[in-house]
Amino acid sequence: MLLIRCPYCEEERPELEFRNAGEAHIARSANISGESDDDFEKFFFIRSNPKGIIYERWRHMHGCARFFNAVRDTVTDKFIMTYKAGEPKPSKLPGVAK
Amino acid sequence: MSGAFRIPSAGRLKQAKTARFSFDGQSYAGIEGDTLASALLANGVHLVGRSFKYHRPRGILSAGAEEPNALVEIKRDAARKTPNVRATVQELYDGLAAQSQNRWPSLSFDVGAVNDLASPLFSAGFYYKTFMWPKAAWKSLYEPKIRAAAGLGVSPDQPDPDHYSSRYAHCDVLVLGGGAAGIAAALAAAETGVRVILADEQAEFGGSLRFETGARIDGQDGFAWAQAAIARLQGMDNVRVLSRTTAFGYYAQNFVGLVERISDHLSAPGHDLPRERLWQVRAKRVVLASGAIERHMVFADNDRPGIMLAGAARTYLNHYGVAVGKNVGVYTANDSAYAAAIDLKKAGVNVAAIVDLRDHPTGPVIDEARALGIEVNFGRAVIRAGGKLRVSSMTVQPKNGGGERTIPVDAILMSAGWTPSVHLFSQSRGKVAFNDETKRFVPGTYAQDCASVGACNGTDGLSATIDEAYAAGEKAAKDADAKTAKGNKPKVDASESWSRGMLGAAPGAGPDTTVKAFVDFQNDVTAKDIRQAVHEGMRSIEHVKRFTTNGMATDQGKTSNMHGLAIAAETLGKPIPEVGLTTFRAPYTPVTFGAIVSHARGPLFDPTRKTAIHRWAEAQGAVFEDVGQWKRAWYFPKAGDDMHAAVDRECVAVRKTAGLFDASTLGKIEVVGPDAAKFMELLYTNPWEKLEPGRCRYGIMLREDGFIYDDGVVGRLAPDRFHVTTTTGGAPRVMNHMEDYLQTEFPHLNVWLTSITEQWAVIAVQGPKSRDIIAPLVEGIDMSDEALPHMSVREGKICGVPTRLFRMSFTGERGFEVNVPADYGQAVWEALWAEGQKHGAAAYGTEAMHVLRAEKGYIIVGQDTDGTVTPNDAGLDWAVGKKKADFVGIRGMARPDLVAKGRKQLVGLKTKDPKVVLEEGAQIVEDPKQAIPMKMIGHVTSSYWSENCGRSIALALVAGGRDRMGDTLYVPMPNGVIEVEVSGMVFFDETGGRLNG
Repeated sequence: MLLIRCPYCEEERPELEFRNAGEAHIARSANISGESDDDFEKFFFIRSNPKGIIYERWRHMHGCARFFNAVRDTVTDKFIMTYKAGEPKPSKLPGVAK
Repeated sequence: MSGAFRIPSAGRLKQAKTARFSFDGQSYAGIEGDTLASALLANGVHLVGRSFKYHRPRGILSAGAEEPNALVEIKRDAARKTPNVRATVQELYDGLAAQSQNRWPSLSFDVGAVNDLASPLFSAGFYYKTFMWPKAAWKSLYEPKIRAAAGLGVSPDQPDPDHYSSRYAHCDVLVLGGGAAGIAAALAAAETGVRVILADEQAEFGGSLRFETGARIDGQDGFAWAQAAIARLQGMDNVRVLSRTTAFGYYAQNFVGLVERISDHLSAPGHDLPRERLWQVRAKRVVLASGAIERHMVFADNDRPGIMLAGAARTYLNHYGVAVGKNVGVYTANDSAYAAAIDLKKAGVNVAAIVDLRDHPTGPVIDEARALGIEVNFGRAVIRAGGKLRVSSMTVQPKNGGGERTIPVDAILMSAGWTPSVHLFSQSRGKVAFNDETKRFVPGTYAQDCASVGACNGTDGLSATIDEAYAAGEKAAKDADAKTAKGNKPKVDASESWSRGMLGAAPGAGPDTTVKAFVDFQNDVTAKDIRQAVHEGMRSIEHVKRFTTNGMATDQGKTSNMHGLAIAAETLGKPIPEVGLTTFRAPYTPVTFGAIVSHARGPLFDPTRKTAIHRWAEAQGAVFEDVGQWKRAWYFPKAGDDMHAAVDRECVAVRKTAGLFDASTLGKIEVVGPDAAKFMELLYTNPWEKLEPGRCRYGIMLREDGFIYDDGVVGRLAPDRFHVTTTTGGAPRVMNHMEDYLQTEFPHLNVWLTSITEQWAVIAVQGPKSRDIIAPLVEGIDMSDEALPHMSVREGKICGVPTRLFRMSFTGERGFEVNVPADYGQAVWEALWAEGQKHGAAAYGTEAMHVLRAEKGYIIVGQDTDGTVTPNDAGLDWAVGKKKADFVGIRGMARPDLVAKGRKQLVGLKTKDPKVVLEEGAQIVEDPKQAIPMKMIGHVTSSYWSENCGRSIALALVAGGRDRMGDTLYVPMPNGVIEVEVSGMVFFDETGGRLNG
């Protein structure tokens, strides 16, 4: 069972308390009804599914109930870091060679 | 007497404590401290089972968890039958009853052994090839026959009466394996004061010190040192010592699963004792001290009972005081088997000969064997074992060919070398590395905060092992935050040491032979099978494994993996590291379902949710249905009623007088804050800004893709406060959906969301008499139609307690939903019930609720919609705010496919024969005479008998449905085609006059 650090609780808690909520940093357009079909397809259907570093949303469901962002390596399953919702995508990842 | 093969001068068991046991109905005596295997061997019993595929007689190979052969059923009573118990780890208790498996009619005469003669049919991958034709016969004939003939134990057929427990634990240093290495590491860590857990699968700690008579530590015998060290560790507050505890799985971030066997070794376990305890341990550092497992020699008929690992024979002698034979032969490719021969010889057992595959080995053990007068042969191979139910001879030949010589023996001790037990390391996602010099895989690259020490790390010799383990224990403690280290490293005075050996088939079982030289005993895989798999095109070791099933049995290939790999590599003409190991998977040894499930079974498997009115409904004889975790009253039968009679009566009563319905399970969310209306505008299709406080609206929630996600009536209690209802099953996901948008997409909105499902009990009172029933109990609310019109909400009191009183209807009748704090739910229900009795009201359940709403064409999300239905498809366009610039789903709803013509639309269906009730889920076609497969244009979503309409009614999703009004369609069923007419969705009171009736 993984340990996940909730950036709001500032604590590592077991995976059981969390729910994955899909890929992070996919912004909903402020003018969504004016979006083209292609743009809407990219926003709603297309996900990156990388082998390696993924940016994703998690929710501390059975804890503070906050949504936050996490960087995880899909190969090792390791969480590299977590940060609050709304914060920008981190440019430097601890312990990860560029 | 505890067996003819017991040697009183040998072993550590106290002769005084006898334990009686039975095997296949025959009674025997053993000694307390025996395993079932040692007690059987003490009685001269080697034949204990039949093999998986060929039904060959099998004996006891090992003295530990790696045992592939000696699998038995242990039966305490009819419900406590455990199949596939390894006799080598089952501790003996007085009264133990064991049965052999996979044989009929008896162990010594087994009809299934005909498979052995027919073995050419059953070679590698036989089930992929032999039984391919005719195709239909696989399911009906071949598979059931093969399953009956193969397989090992039989599962118990009664519920498990035992109970199990489960614990979480945290520690600084977790040491897995309690041999010399594990104990040394635990001592080093424990003496620094950190929290230590030490676990070992055996009843007694010591590991290989159980048989290594040459080991001396701190001036005492190795095993005695181990017991003293364990006693010291047990006395330390910061240490938990777990015996009979197997680490079965090593998961992410040093999370390790252990299972502790608590009562399987007891003669009469008390009911207060769990059978097993699951430990889920999170450790800062893990020290792996899992030891090494001896390999057998791969030669013809190496599976005859009486042929066993040399280290096992030594364990039986030195620990249990049992001689495994009277005249034993030894077949080896390394030094360790010599020690077994020497110990047995000294105990008075005749050692017929040592056959050593090596050409010119030298060393003290060889000299000692010779000095004891044991015949030692170098450069020779055992090419065959004689005997059937028990080995009777070994045939020896120079390994490069030459004259054969047959030596009579009653046991053969073999050793091809020792395989480091890297299972847990590998499970931790560490990568093993092949040491070409010693021909073994050892831990290479670590993936977690752990260290391997001793034999599992390929470290040879007790002295080097203790140095390494002690240092690793100290370091683990330091890394996990130890303050000071102040221990005394144990001093090794004498030790045994060996390494090397051989991998693969021995001479006489090479590629030019067709003999049965077993690699994997439990799955009956021979050297020939592995070569055949390669010849038939398997290139990857993973494919070879699956094709031959080598290493796939419950022993997980503990003795067979390396041999199988070496034979595959040789056949492929590749070096071993290029072929690579198969993946080690949890569990290390089988784990009971009971230990994993623990208390989470029966009523504790999943929480049951009951409403405040549940007990009243129960007392009234309600039949309940499960809706998610909720128990809901389904219908209220009176004496002699079947379900239909009850539902018909309830439906009629609601429309005639009134009905009471427990709607407490409805999801309820309070949306509060200055921006509450703005938030509602974004989450629901409807407009909310202009909804007056005190009024309600039917809301539809979409997902971003434009499909209906949930629905419910929403009341605006105040400008900044909405009381939102959701479907019963949808409440958690709607809350999650709202929170998601609030926290991440619309965080600028000042809104709070609170789940209030559990806080409010909801009593629906529906029917022409509903106001008459409620009014006398209500204070502070004007109940007139002018003051409280349909779709409005007021706060006031009922029966003296606060209420949120909704005027709304899910039946089409004048109706109310009385929300009261859940603690008062039953009291208010009972008061309303008493009032209702004056008017002839009935209680109705979820089935009548479904029928009544279908009569009015009110949809149920999840029944009439399935996640691909838009508001337009459901005929709910009116509920979508046309002037709104944004709401979740606004863009998805406009996708080309969602606005295309011919989409499935929700319509009503009337069967031509009003008595016929359609089946929900039935498919609909235009032309019943077309060729199969017919073109299906829709399906029935809801279907009931409506007593109020005097006919059946149905809702259906039909392609272009609203353009087909009055058309005849067809529902083909197994018993014939049903004709239906497409209709509107409202079957009763089309004008809606009864809402104010």
